[in-house]
Amino acid sequence: MSKLIYLDNAATTRVKKEVLDVMLPYFTETYSNPSAVYSFASEGKKAVMEARNQAAALIGAKPEEIYFTGGGSESDNWALKATAEEYGSKGKHIITTKIEHHAILHTCEYLEKHGFEVTYLDVDSDGLVHPEDVEKAIRPDTILISVMTANNEIGTVEPIAEIGRIAHEHGVLFHTDAVQAYGHIPINVDEMNIDMLSASGHKFGGPKGIGIMYIRKGVKIRSFIHGGSQERGRRAGTSNTPGIVGLGKAAEIAGKTMEERVRKETELRDYLINRIENEIPYSKFNGHRTERLPNNVNFCFRFIEGESLLILLDQNGICGSSGSACTSGSLDPSHVLLAIGLPHEIAHGSLRLTLSEETTKEDLDFVVEKLKGIVERLRSMSPLYEDFLKANKA
Amino acid sequence: MYSEKVIDHFSNPRNVGEIENASGVGTVGNAKCGDIMRIYFDIDENQVIRDVKFKTFGCGAAVATSSMATELVKGKTVYEALEVTNKAVMEALDGLPPVKVHCSLLAEEAIHAALWDYAEKNNIVIEGLKKPVNDIAETLEEEEY
Repeated sequence: MSKLIYLDNAATTRVKKEVLDVMLPYFTETYSNPSAVYSFASEGKKAVMEARNQAAALIGAKPEEIYFTGGGSESDNWALKATAEEYGSKGKHIITTKIEHHAILHTCEYLEKHGFEVTYLDVDSDGLVHPEDVEKAIRPDTILISVMTANNEIGTVEPIAEIGRIAHEHGVLFHTDAVQAYGHIPINVDEMNIDMLSASGHKFGGPKGIGIMYIRKGVKIRSFIHGGSQERGRRAGTSNTPGIVGLGKAAEIAGKTMEERVRKETELRDYLINRIENEIPYSKFNGHRTERLPNNVNFCFRFIEGESLLILLDQNGICGSSGSACTSGSLDPSHVLLAIGLPHEIAHGSLRLTLSEETTKEDLDFVVEKLKGIVERLRSMSPLYEDFLKANKA
Repeated sequence: MYSEKVIDHFSNPRNVGEIENASGVGTVGNAKCGDIMRIYFDIDENQVIRDVKFKTFGCGAAVATSSMATELVKGKTVYEALEVTNKAVMEALDGLPPVKVHCSLLAEEAIHAALWDYAEKNNIVIEGLKKPVNDIAETLEEEEY
């Protein structure tokens, strides 16, 4: 295997060299606990402050509205559970969508077991949530609306500015899971009426194990992890200085490079989409054509199954992912693909390829050539394809 | 997560294809769950499986178990083929991850379904063979994409 073509950047990204460089001293040199009093701790303290500024600047927030967490899942759990706890006396109804990440969906299921009622909104065949559906679902006892900024599987970017406006008109809090969007597309918490936002460091060139939660000033949710008084008493645990510094640096770079990166990735994304659509028969494009993350490509290939596809791609040095049952560990294919209305047997044959700024046109040409052969090979041994051909002949 | 044998049988599956005018054909599983296996037998007058082919829609384990199952029954009598269990298929593949055990069950069922088809076509009874329960539950939707 000559070269690794990594097209699973929605799963995780490579830590940028500049990011790693600023992190390293905080492991072995300025390793102090930033909460300490002595002057040795002051550099760590300053670095955490700087990272908070960087993380805030990317979404137009104030630094004191940024809280560092252990990652995107923790932020999602915190937003939902703490809101339920704090505002539960006002009402017990939460609105979300059918295509959220499991960090939201499973937390909602947990809250349902604890007396809350959750409305899971449908999406259209492009994966878009309709703001009017959000408005219709609001009840007097609705305390929270949580809609993701962009979907992790099919890349559809949701109309969160519109949803945020509706939430605020009705006096309901608005949370958005921006794990796939933060650092990838422009977000402004004021313009979009966002009250809470979750993001994760490793999805945009930062390290794993560090995330943020933006909490608008005035939103009264409390601590989720109890202990020391770190993060202004809202998130206990010794500050993960290297992680925080890395996330901050990655956010700074993401902000500076966003315009150029979005342009380049979008061009490559559409190139890959066009080639697959034109050159592989019976392929079904998933997600919205334009309201879409710049790096996301998602297709279903009829008559074949996703895990087989992934193994054969892997044998050619290509890393992708799939929403097939075999990759999800259950008998059902991805809940997102089912929510956009795909039948099970088609959803089983899905492939997600997510690009990065390192991706080249040559990489994608190689992928398309390999993919064509692999899809053809798997179809040649598929009883579904055999039946399809016979039915069409008749 | 897969043994080398599973990867070998997935990457270079044995006996892929169809047999025209097969003595017996069995199709099991359903597209909804993501696994369909079809096995074709060419059985001679001495009830020996002269040739066997398969087609499978499914994950790596589904393809590998189909491939291994065809190897295990090729050249065997129908009664010997009936003795090929999912356990035998799994052992021959040096094991499967726990979530993939159902794939080996599908292989056993596919063999039984093909034998049942052979018995019905020839109006014979194969002692110990039960009518297969698992068959394609969902027909493919004829939507155009």
